[in-house]
Amino acid sequence: MTAQLRGKSAIVGTGHAGFGEAYGLTSYDVMAQSALAALGDAGLKMTDVDGLFCTMMEDSMPALMAAEYLGIQPRFIDGTMSGGSSFVNYLTSATMALDAGLCDVALIVYGSNQRTASGKLVTASRPPAYEAPYNPRYPISAYAMAAARHMHEYGTTREQLADVAVAARAWARHNPEAFERGPLTREDVLGARMVGDPLTVRDCCLVTDGGGAIVMVRADRARDFPKAPVYVLGSAAASSHRQISQMKDFTVTAARDSGARSFAAAGVSPSDIQAVELYDAFTINTILFLEDLGFCAKGEGGAFVEGGRIAPGGVLPVNTNGGGLSCVHPGMYGIFTVIEAARQIRGDAPGIQLKDIDLALAHGNGGVLSSQVTAILGSQNTL
Amino acid sequence: MQDAKGPDQFFQHALANGEISLPMCEDCGAYHFFPRVLCPHCYGAAISWRQSSGKGRVYTTTVVRRKPEHGGDYNVCMVELDEGVRMMSRVEGIAPGEVAIDMAVTAFVGEAEGVPVVLFKPSEG
Repeated sequence: MTAQLRGKSAIVGTGHAGFGEAYGLTSYDVMAQSALAALGDAGLKMTDVDGLFCTMMEDSMPALMAAEYLGIQPRFIDGTMSGGSSFVNYLTSATMALDAGLCDVALIVYGSNQRTASGKLVTASRPPAYEAPYNPRYPISAYAMAAARHMHEYGTTREQLADVAVAARAWARHNPEAFERGPLTREDVLGARMVGDPLTVRDCCLVTDGGGAIVMVRADRARDFPKAPVYVLGSAAASSHRQISQMKDFTVTAARDSGARSFAAAGVSPSDIQAVELYDAFTINTILFLEDLGFCAKGEGGAFVEGGRIAPGGVLPVNTNGGGLSCVHPGMYGIFTVIEAARQIRGDAPGIQLKDIDLALAHGNGGVLSSQVTAILGSQNTL
Repeated sequence: MQDAKGPDQFFQHALANGEISLPMCEDCGAYHFFPRVLCPHCYGAAISWRQSSGKGRVYTTTVVRRKPEHGGDYNVCMVELDEGVRMMSRVEGIAPGEVAIDMAVTAFVGEAEGVPVVLFKPSEG
């Protein structure tokens, strides 16, 4: 979105359900529980929802399935599927739809039961024809090859990758909602089972159940709800490929573009951001996105994350809920970057609540580093 | 024309005959891969096919770890051909962990999952 839409919409409710293991529930059950939680948070009813923004890992028409399950007939539906970044991307389309009067209450929602249903990543994606015969393990082989190239070009080390996981766990240890809360050291990560060189199983996100939901309204009525509104100051998407074999430079993501446009719309810069919530499907993601979003120079991400610099008490709070590596990762994590950023600004984060957060960044990744969406959220003070 | 072949079919047909053909744009002269009906560089639609030199270098690589009883570890990598296109493949003839970035490799037509595919081996000399 452009500066013209800065602050035109606000998040007035967030909710989640089924974190960890949601035995006996389908993905749509978890989705609906998340929707109820967010509407309750906003003091709204299901009948108030007239805009639905949803995709799921199952089905070819998941947004219609969700509307049907929830028992609503929205005036506006967006089911654009760009992987885990979809839910950050919906901040743009929800803002546009709200601003244009196409809907008055926008519900962004997701749910998955993939841990208890199968124990591994559930996806409707077809293996790409020119990759499938080589049996890459989807999606880790793609991220492993990005990590290998980053190490080759910039001297990034496995220890630095491990420190991303260690920092995520350090945040998660304070978050009662996080799935993995036990201690984790650099040696634990390095010594864990290798899955796709150079990544061990501890360099990989969790496989959990879980759902999340966000309720948004136009800014002009955002102060009429129980919780402090969190304004969307900027959000922008960029994509560079779908299949990893089509990624031009494995060390540079489209986050460079999505970040630049989101910062421009919000009128702020990386040094203004007080909390950073990134889609950390693998440890290399955090390093790539910190570089591409401008928190450090290209190639310096490894040094930037080293030795607790993004952990509690470090120089930059990153993934303050524990991220996809330690908090929750139900197939697509993107919506949780927005929820944690919003809660940090509202002051009701479930784990470590940072002080006086006015500006936070949520970044979604989709596919195999394919789609990048950056959102900048702000408190009333930032309008 | 029931025997007409689209870009994917043309590539696969050549492969089945032991040839690695790459699509090249008649307008801008650039190669692309995977095969398409248009050039993703200049959007020209006049595409011709050229025999690949088969010479390339490993751009990046990983080892997919797999239990020995399921066949053991194997290599997945990206190779950049001298023609300027990159493709996913694997390097055979050396241990999967020995495949290194920048290694010079040569293509050959092998088989994977029961179909002919482009594979690579380390270049000699």
